[in-house]
Amino acid sequence: MCLAIPMKLSELRDGGQGVVAMEGATYDVNLSLIENPRVGDYLIVHAGFAIEKLDRAEADERIQMFEELGAVNEE
Amino acid sequence: MNYLDGFRNPDAAVALTARIARLADDLARQGCQATVMEVCGTHTMAIARYAIRDVLPQQVELVSGPGCPVCVTDAGYIDAAIELARRGIVIATFGDMVRVPGSQGTLADVREEGFDVEVCYSPMGAVDLALANPDREIVFLAIGFETTTAPVVTLVDYAIKHAIKNLSLLVAFKCVPPALAALVTDPEIRVDAFLCPAHVSAIIGEKAYRPFVEAYHVPCVIAGFEPLDILYGLHEILRQVSRGEAAVVNQYSRVVRSDGNVVAQRLMATYLETVDVSWRGIGIIPGSGLALRASYGEYDATCRHAIEVSSGTSDPGCRCGDVLKGKIKPPECPLFGAACTPLNPVGPCMVSSEGSCAAYYRYARG
Ligand code: SF4
Repeated sequence: MCLAIPMKLSELRDGGQGVVAMEGATYDVNLSLIENPRVGDYLIVHAGFAIEKLDRAEADERIQMFEELGAVNEE
Repeated sequence: MNYLDGFRNPDAAVALTARIARLADDLARQGCQATVMEVCGTHTMAIARYAIRDVLPQQVELVSGPGCPVCVTDAGYIDAAIELARRGIVIATFGDMVRVPGSQGTLADVREEGFDVEVCYSPMGAVDLALANPDREIVFLAIGFETTTAPVVTLVDYAIKHAIKNLSLLVAFKCVPPALAALVTDPEIRVDAFLCPAHVSAIIGEKAYRPFVEAYHVPCVIAGFEPLDILYGLHEILRQVSRGEAAVVNQYSRVVRSDGNVVAQRLMATYLETVDVSWRGIGIIPGSGLALRASYGEYDATCRHAIEVSSGTSDPGCRCGDVLKGKIKPPECPLFGAACTPLNPVGPCMVSSEGSCAAYYRYARG
């Protein structure tokens, strides 16, 4: 089952491991499938592995588009 | 503000629903309708949870596809795992597999008989088991789509590099794009467009769908799991269908890159090769599976423990095959909600939390 929500990388550890946090809980995560993980990155985690990073700029652009879409509707 | 709220913005949902309704009117004027298949089990759950079907016009039908990896795993695969457990081998598996019925019984049954079936959250849990039990053989149940295949292949890479010798995999990996081709060429199934899985696409990339779209002229739209992701994805699909277009569109660009996860792809290409594989309830789909290359036979449980995986038999009353192909909706199965419930599942589609029957049972009854 895919975890639909990205998790924030809170700590880098040795051996390509890290710690992610979501809603107060923390989980170990294997970082070997992504390039240049950095603390603060939002990660898509599947079966204990980060499989991709969230691109914040792309996310913000889309949120902006949805806001505009919703605003037009109200007029 | 949690950034996710931006993908749950109710005003935008209303606006998108109105646009979808307009596109559906266009379709109605052309005398057509659209059957859209969501391939991924997590989409199935999200669509049920957010009651997205309730806001769709009647010209748009959403059907669930074969996107639950546990559901498409043959009964014979479970039989082989049970046989290995009974030989005294430690079975390491994702939790969902434990209650899936094989031809006779489940892994939960053999665990009750006293054999070892260990649930792992991550495939690396199998390494821990191998190290903690040096005098035992461990077999990891390596099932899943591309999203799961990448982490499991990391396990193989780790075991080889660290010379772990008491661990092997019972491999039944499956790939999404060949399944799409099998579905659109099946004369009994109607699919006009696919809502493509979010995290499978994160691995294989947008580019992986292009040959399929060129060959079959069926729109493929990659969407995330938030309600606006799904509505916007459906809007794009209807826009294409109403104009007779077919393209790959990536609505989940915040995660899915055009080329996908290249690190994962490289690792998979090193250890795995494409094979024909059988999908439960569907049959053999050419080129839809991945198996360990022969040179890694030592890590392949079928070689190491000389066991064959047959297709096995399922309960004759279970219509999972038709559910997985989108031919029927779960409530059309006579066993649904009566003989078959999540507590007492007859087929895999009711066991897995992302199976269509389980999703309908949980969110869409009555
Ligand atoms: S309701 Fe149960 S028996 Fe019917 S198709 Fe679904 S899993 Fe199979």
